[in-house]
Amino acid sequence: MKKTWWVVPVIGAGAVAARRAWPAGSRSGGKPDDRWLTVTINRPVGEVGSGEKPPPPLDRFGESIDVRTRPAPGDRGTELAVRPAGREARQRSSSLPARMSGQDPRQELRQALREAKALLEAGEVLHADTPPTTRPTPAGKLLGLLNRRSGGEGVL
Amino acid sequence: MKALCWQGVNKLSVENVPDPELHNDQDMIVRLVAGTTCGSDLHLIGGYIPAMRAGDVIGHEFVGEVVETGPGVRRHKVGDRVVVCSFVGCGRCWYCANDLWSLCDNTNTNPGYGQALFGYETAGIFGYSHAMGGLRGSHAEYVRVPFADYGAFRVPDGIDDVSALFVSDSVPTGWMGADLAGVGPGDVVAVWGCGAVGQMAARAASLLGAERVIAIDRLPERLAMAERYAGCETIDYTATDVAAELRERTGGRGPDVCIEAVGMEAHSDGPMYLYDQAKQQLRMQTDRPTAVRQAIHACRKAGTVFILGVFAGAVDKFPLGAVINKGLTVRGAQMHGQRYIPMLLERLASGELRTAHLATHTVPLDQAPKAYDMFKHKTDGCVRTVIRP
Ligand SMILES: NC(=O)c1ccc[n+]([C@@H]2O[C@H](COP(=O)([O-])OP(=O)(O)OC[C@H]3O[C@@H](n4cnc5c(N)ncnc54)[C@H](O)[C@@H]3O)[C@@H](O)[C@H]2O)c1
Ligand SMILES: [Zn+2]
Ligand SMILES: [Zn+2]
Repeated sequence: MKKTWWVVPVIGAGAVAARRAWPAGSRSGGKPDDRWLTVTINRPVGEVGSGEKPPPPLDRFGESIDVRTRPAPGDRGTELAVRPAGREARQRSSSLPARMSGQDPRQELRQALREAKALLEAGEVLHADTPPTTRPTPAGKLLGLLNRRSGGEGVL
Repeated sequence: MKALCWQGVNKLSVENVPDPELHNDQDMIVRLVAGTTCGSDLHLIGGYIPAMRAGDVIGHEFVGEVVETGPGVRRHKVGDRVVVCSFVGCGRCWYCANDLWSLCDNTNTNPGYGQALFGYETAGIFGYSHAMGGLRGSHAEYVRVPFADYGAFRVPDGIDDVSALFVSDSVPTGWMGADLAGVGPGDVVAVWGCGAVGQMAARAASLLGAERVIAIDRLPERLAMAERYAGCETIDYTATDVAAELRERTGGRGPDVCIEAVGMEAHSDGPMYLYDQAKQQLRMQTDRPTAVRQAIHACRKAGTVFILGVFAGAVDKFPLGAVINKGLTVRGAQMHGQRYIPMLLERLASGELRTAHLATHTVPLDQAPKAYDMFKHKTDGCVRTVIRP
């Protein structure tokens, strides 16, 4: 045990870096997060879809999200951008309690955006290996929690 | 099945774990024929790579036989003998399409870590932490290979298992260093580190036309291998002042290209080493960049430094002044193996490239923890240990 705690500060350092990496203000309590979540997909605009017809799995969000697409410069494919529709939803989504409890709609959206990209480019969303080979330790449990967030969490 | 699991810092054990399963259409399952220890695993075993969990299966350099294919696999069939690239690439994102495979956008199942640490995540790699993909490693009886059409390559009949094994990771890594550093005819190239990666970088540099290649290490058996198999000159860094020696051997210019193949646990005799080691152990810096600093210092004006060694986070006393004032190009990358593996298999078949000498030891999977201990401490002349399930 004495030595395993080394792992924690390293993860901690990553988390601190993450906080710093997030643009100041975008997470500040109360202020609606108007920023678009975006990915560039290595496919032509015609294949990616449009605001009216977003690619799966984004289509399941219906009216609750804004979607836009545009060609990426230099033959890099298509830029696909999404965010919760309406200022009120955006306000809710950036609140700390929502983020901590995993109820942040932006996280779900981020994940769906990544999945849309993977489906269009690679034809499938890569799944992690299951069943797991890990055994429960305190540091491991913390990591498990971070892992579950890490699919959706990030800087997209 | 049996697998080698990370259990905590400097703790490995062989455990019974569930067999891997197909989870995606483009997956296949490979039965391990042979795997090997890699310098990158040492960073992970030592606890310098974040996001490892007790029980994670490690290992990423391997050759095996296809035993099951998903319905989306087109290029492989059951029974094929394949060498598998350590990094997993989807083959169709912008990075894969541009031959920058270790940067694939679609193969890291935990992108949040990389985005937090580096700004953007890397591709997934087998058995190399949850931050770098969350995929199971290959030191086991079986391994699941995602996007198999892109990452697995049939081994031509004339090439034996052990020679092919290193084409999974160390050979393309070394080749990439020389290639992306722009090594060409007339160049003098210096390579820090004579592990498998450094030796292969040195050999690649001469095949790409370098006039002279100078390899640097302290372990006599490794220096001897570099002389014999890569045709290099060598320097024992414990016996001399490396920068002065390089200056003298290069007519006062310094090497045109410096390739660093040591990584974040570099060793040295100087006072800086104690400083770096203390800071690293207190986790005040994550990496020990001794050889990188030396390479930047020794490189000729307007030369290129290529960093192949793995670093995870932040370093101290990085000689930024030398980079800007000498007009250097500094590059680094994790290996874009898929870009080079077919060509490397051809060179192996033609005898132009040799790798079998790297396998100084062979052990069954049960003895893998001991093998890693030997590899870590470089005892008994160990360069690479082959692990057979
Ligand atoms: N970029 C990639 O994709 C990639 C792929 C594989 C390995 N790697 C990295 O390459 C590095 C080397 O891997 P390896 O398998 O050859 O490891 P290894 O441990 O077998 O070899 C490292 C060598 O460096 C030597 N060394 C230590 N300090 C030195 C110094 N100050 N100057 C010169 N030599 C020094 C050691 O004596 C040893 O021979 C590791 O950091 C590994 O993580 C990177
Ligand atoms: Zn490796
Ligand atoms: Zn890709």
